[in-house]
Amino acid sequence: MSEPVIKGMKDIPSEHILGAGTALCAGCGALQALHEIYDVLGENTVFVNSAGCMTLMSVYPFTPFRGGWLYTAMASAPAGAQGVRDALDILLAKKRIAPEEDMQVAVLSGDGATYGMGLAAASCAIDRDLDFLYICYDNEGYGNTGNQTSAGTPHASRTATDTGAEGVPGYKKDLFGLWVANRPAYAATVIGAEPLDLARKVEKAKSIKGPKLILALSPCPVGWDYDPMETLEIGRLAVKTGIWPLKEFVDGKVVHTKTPHPRTPVEEYLKLQGRYAHLFSPKRNDALIDEIQSRVDAYWDAVGD
Amino acid sequence: MTRQLLTGNVAAAWGVRLAEVDYVPAFPITPQTEIIETIAGWIDKGEMDCRMVTMDSEHSMITAAGAAVATGVRSYAATSSQGLLYGMEMLYTVAGWRTPFVLTNVSRGLSAPITLESDHNDVMAARDSGFLQIHCATCQEVVDATLMAYRLAEDKRVRVPVIVNLDGFYLSFTREPVDIPDPAKAREFLPPFDPGSLKFRAGRPLSEAVAVLGGTPYSYFRYELHLAAMGALAVYDEVAEDFARLFGRRYDAVESYRAEDADYVFVMLGSFSTKARDAVDGLREAGVAAGLVRPRLFRPFPVEALRRALAGRKGVAVIDQNLSMGKGGVLHGELLSALYGVADAPPVVAGFIGGLGGRDIGPGEFREMISVLEQAVADGETPPPRLLFSAEELRHVRKLQASAHVEREEIHRQERGDTERDET
Ligand SMILES: Cc1ncc(C[n+]2csc(CCOP(=O)(O)OP(=O)(O)O)c2C)c(N)n1
Ligand code: SF4
Ligand SMILES: [Mg+2]
Repeated sequence: MSEPVIKGMKDIPSEHILGAGTALCAGCGALQALHEIYDVLGENTVFVNSAGCMTLMSVYPFTPFRGGWLYTAMASAPAGAQGVRDALDILLAKKRIAPEEDMQVAVLSGDGATYGMGLAAASCAIDRDLDFLYICYDNEGYGNTGNQTSAGTPHASRTATDTGAEGVPGYKKDLFGLWVANRPAYAATVIGAEPLDLARKVEKAKSIKGPKLILALSPCPVGWDYDPMETLEIGRLAVKTGIWPLKEFVDGKVVHTKTPHPRTPVEEYLKLQGRYAHLFSPKRNDALIDEIQSRVDAYWDAVGD
Repeated sequence: MTRQLLTGNVAAAWGVRLAEVDYVPAFPITPQTEIIETIAGWIDKGEMDCRMVTMDSEHSMITAAGAAVATGVRSYAATSSQGLLYGMEMLYTVAGWRTPFVLTNVSRGLSAPITLESDHNDVMAARDSGFLQIHCATCQEVVDATLMAYRLAEDKRVRVPVIVNLDGFYLSFTREPVDIPDPAKAREFLPPFDPGSLKFRAGRPLSEAVAVLGGTPYSYFRYELHLAAMGALAVYDEVAEDFARLFGRRYDAVESYRAEDADYVFVMLGSFSTKARDAVDGLREAGVAAGLVRPRLFRPFPVEALRRALAGRKGVAVIDQNLSMGKGGVLHGELLSALYGVADAPPVVAGFIGGLGGRDIGPGEFREMISVLEQAVADGETPPPRLLFSAEELRHVRKLQASAHVEREEIHRQERGDTERDET
């Protein structure tokens, strides 16, 4: 691991390398995170993408990427990363490319693919100790197809497939926990609204060899139903309420990189988003709001904040 | 050149070794597994400078193979049956990427019911994927076709992946004498991998496999793939010519056996055609002018060569080792579409289904098919597709069913007995 360069906000790259003018929605939290991640990773990155909103970043004949891009399918982006990484290693070993021509390989995949269909491919890439960065932008639903419930969708939120008074009956899967159980070289949660924390983690991941995984909560004005200008505020509240714990797994330990103290009530986060509107009107649903709050409290109690 | 007794699987592995493949993402499935195990053994002994990675599925395997080609190395993959279908989404995808590599499919029947034995429904399911298809009838053909498939796939005018198909058990596990091509000559035949524009390199912006908006660019790229596959017909002839010059073995896109002066011709794919060959010899001895026509290339479909081979024949029996439920054999329909409206086309082209799940086709059945053709020619009427199955086989199935009934009755009786005991 090399010495970190990013210590304060002023160390974050000020030049943005991702091109503008893509088909993504205004206020897209996933795009915000991707901008920040790409600036730290640098141009010499091949993104291997799974089906989702980000697939529309590169639409023939345009691309915002200055390095590589390969769209695969919904379930197999980690396998695509395996093929690219192995091929680069073979070319290096057989001296068919110079070391300066090497690139880093990153998967760019949504929560739907990551928590579900692509889980085996990612887990087995970790088993194989693949040297790659996995970026999951978690907009908490199958966004590209109209925000249906995925295994990353939080309890009680409304989606295109859970439209009842109680929203989604299930609970957001602890993907970070699954990743950690798989013993990768590095794993972290991030959010675009905390750019310094994000940049430090991406920088750290970049300096480590092996499987590195980054889970970015990605506020989605369309799926979460809020005004695009609120993306930053909602992201900050996700952290302040403790709903989105910022943490990393490195050297065999999970460490929280930011402990919200005191925690803002979850209600502040929920009430900004249309997907939770049914918790507040026509009648306030205290039972569900309290349940969400108590789950967050229990999480932080266990952490020992 | 050395001559050895090899199984079809080891012959396929030899083709991969002689092609000096860089990368093999792999996943086990019977009857293909011996191929990847053979390659793995050579890598471990330092006899092959290649990297193999065991993937988590065929879907991942085909993705990795295509992605590696897209980064600039020669890749290979092998599968069978359920594996080919599990990877189907990626077959279409990597063909669309225009990443040339060779995929060996060791044909095996599809579930349900699950079986290990051979037929062609698996490879027929890949018909429209964009992969070209070469079908082998002997172990010698397997090693040779593998080398030829790389030349064809990587040709600048083609740039499309190729499936080399061999039949499970009948070829995969059958030892035949095989001339292993000389490595220096193989190198002369197949130049080093040229990645063309496919390569991710630092400082070189490249987005591959991007989305399109609307039917116009989509149609354009799909038509391009089709035209490349069509163009592969002429390229295949060149490749076969070159192969014959270097190795002395000729593999025309369509093989004809005693068909030139035949009245009746069998048309079929793969190793079962060797049974038809023997049947043709027997029929000729009995005074019937029979012949065999076997397409080696199935995609692109060698329409002109088939028309030439069948022109003026009285009747054709297409034997399909696959079944498209509710229609019949796939090759039968393909051949009819190639012959329809062509002057000199045989008036009778009858369809037969046989060899499903490794079921044998006996000499008597070949004779019976000729009788059906003779009758059809006499009547001027082509019969509907026939499903080959003998009275003896039906008796066998009835026996199995009877045993199943007895078993079930026995279980019911025991259950009833148990409850009675519980009640007392
Ligand atoms: C095999 C397969 N099934 C379904 C789809 C349809 N599909 C395209 S994008 C998508 C949603 C993906 O969700 P996620 O991974 O969360 O990414 P997001 O759309 O939210 O960006 C789905 C279901 C597909 N492309 N492939
Ligand atoms: S739907 Fe959401 S995640 Fe997808 S592009 Fe729009 S804002 Fe971004
Ligand atoms: Mg999503």
